[in-house]
Amino acid sequence: MRAVKPRTAADEAARPIRVLLAKPGLDGHDRGVKVILRALRDAGMEAIYTGTRASPEAVARAALQEDVDAVGLSNLSGAHLTLFPEVARALEKAGIDLGRVVLFGGGIIAPEDRPSLLEAGFRGIFTPGTPLEEIVSFLRREVAALRARRREETETS
Amino acid sequence: MKPDEKPAIETPSGIPLDRFYRTGATPEAHGDAPGEYPFTRGIHASMYRERLWTMRQYSGFGDPRTTNARFHYLLDRGQTGLSVAFDLPTQVGYDSDASICRGEVGKVGVPISTVEDMEELVGGIPLERVSISMTINAPAAVLLAFLVVTARRRGFDPSELRGTVQNDILKEFIARRTHRFPVGPSMRLAVDILDHCAAHIPRFNPISVSGYHIRESGTTADQELAYTFAHAIAYLEAARARGIPPTRIASRFSFFFNAQMHLFEEVAKFRAARRMWARIVRERFAIDDLEAQKLRFHAQTAGSALTYQEPENNAARVTIQALAAVLGGAQSLHTNAFDEAIGLPTEATARLALRTQQIIAHESGAADVADPLGGCPLVERLTEELEARALRRLAEIDRMGGAIPAIESRRLQREIEEAAYRFQRDVDSGRRIVVGVNRYRGEAGDAAVRPFRIDPQIEDERIRKLVAVKAARPSGNIARLRERLKAAAAGSENLMTPIIACAEGGVTLGEIMAALAEVFGEIRGGD
Repeated sequence: MRAVKPRTAADEAARPIRVLLAKPGLDGHDRGVKVILRALRDAGMEAIYTGTRASPEAVARAALQEDVDAVGLSNLSGAHLTLFPEVARALEKAGIDLGRVVLFGGGIIAPEDRPSLLEAGFRGIFTPGTPLEEIVSFLRREVAALRARRREETETS
Repeated sequence: MKPDEKPAIETPSGIPLDRFYRTGATPEAHGDAPGEYPFTRGIHASMYRERLWTMRQYSGFGDPRTTNARFHYLLDRGQTGLSVAFDLPTQVGYDSDASICRGEVGKVGVPISTVEDMEELVGGIPLERVSISMTINAPAAVLLAFLVVTARRRGFDPSELRGTVQNDILKEFIARRTHRFPVGPSMRLAVDILDHCAAHIPRFNPISVSGYHIRESGTTADQELAYTFAHAIAYLEAARARGIPPTRIASRFSFFFNAQMHLFEEVAKFRAARRMWARIVRERFAIDDLEAQKLRFHAQTAGSALTYQEPENNAARVTIQALAAVLGGAQSLHTNAFDEAIGLPTEATARLALRTQQIIAHESGAADVADPLGGCPLVERLTEELEARALRRLAEIDRMGGAIPAIESRRLQREIEEAAYRFQRDVDSGRRIVVGVNRYRGEAGDAAVRPFRIDPQIEDERIRKLVAVKAARPSGNIARLRERLKAAAAGSENLMTPIIACAEGGVTLGEIMAALAEVFGEIRGGD
């Protein structure tokens, strides 16, 4: 695992949530991901967007570089079952511990597809009609839990 | 009644209906009859009595064989035109076997990599009777070439082809994002198609300037109008800059608008659109040809208005949207299936979508009278207001130097993002009601829709076949054709000719686009 600058517990708690949003694959519909980007920023998070046609490797590089707490993927072309796990694998290959990053996604995703995405490590799948506040709350909750776990681990190690 | 006399059109209760009704408003400024400049009330005197709009359902998935089957299914059930949905790899100019395409082949449309694919796609379809609309932009020249070669192989004269290529690359940069090359070369290719069709395929619409996708990305109706016309103006000006007089190409410009939920605003929007275009053609470009002043458009019911929750509600939504398009005088219409917030339509849901149009056409009376809402105070007011707002926006874009500077400076993109965010905030706050989503919410797990699944074997099978086809070709010929294309791309000749030569010689779509990319450079995504 890549060495990270050690932070104090206070640093950690105060640090704004950092989120990477990405559109893997060829799908160019970015209305949803851009609206979410704006909502996250309005909520005080530091959110970055890769743009369309982001390769799994490019997503992993950005996640590493930006030292993010969460990675959110968007796909509307029915390719999520291939692309989302591919990105998860690329993140792992780049040395990112999937237990330390909140993976989430959204788009045109049939209800039947949720279980396999959850199994692939995605903690939240957000389909059309999801209120923005739900995604914001989800991230606050999940990232807080992750950071609490990390603190425990460093305290007990 | 004489054999060729049409029965008088009446209401079900026997009241005769005129072709249209005068509004009583002053006819001078806005034209009081359909078929009269500036065509606010419709581009034909008789509108649908003469001929119904074309029922043209956007379809495609899996591979050419399964898509061809869906085409026949819909044609057999009364569809009157074809509309081809291509998969994303094809739309961005990649063959199915390119590694960048894994998981995307055949998902949102049909993959077409070779002329043989195109032949299979339109197998058994009478080209002399059925027009073919192809939603394709960056590689539009290639798909058009494939269609031309397919026609020739069948002994069908390509100059008789009827149909459309969307070929509207500017909206790709701001709303749809399947562009491949930078703006300059993209415009060059677009104008090549306009010029080639004017000379060789005169009954084909070489462009469908689109507001649909712009609206889908979250804009208002007046933004939809303003940006679409700004793009249309940019294409005409680009042609003129190359020495192609706008009169040569303007009459075959066609348009593609969104049919959204607010019935009256949408009808007004279509009326305002006709008026705006007629004036742009006559006043801005000094084109007197009435045919060029008439705005011909295809409409699609707004996909973004469909909900994931209680999907069966979407059938009601599509009906309202389709009615708006018909009352608004569309020449061609696609209606979405109710399950499209979840996946592609199944045969049954695609059939219902088509039936919706047929019911409107034959049972509702909406097609009996031209511009039936003309003169309605609300609709006239909205027509005026939308036109005024759209003209103000267009003037702003003019001041920036036109659509291309507005796009390159990201001005249009920012305005779209702003509008989309405002829309979502309105929904989340409840200011804008969406039934089943933020009001009258159903139970979780209510009426689940069975999603349409594409057999994953199809992608693998297709890739195997394509690899084999490529390997079997005489490679010297392919290389020669590619080099000829690249030389042409580096110069200024019309690229349709060398692209057609490539198509005839077995060069694939991906190979043609890669050759062009070597000369033009490429844009891989971005925002």
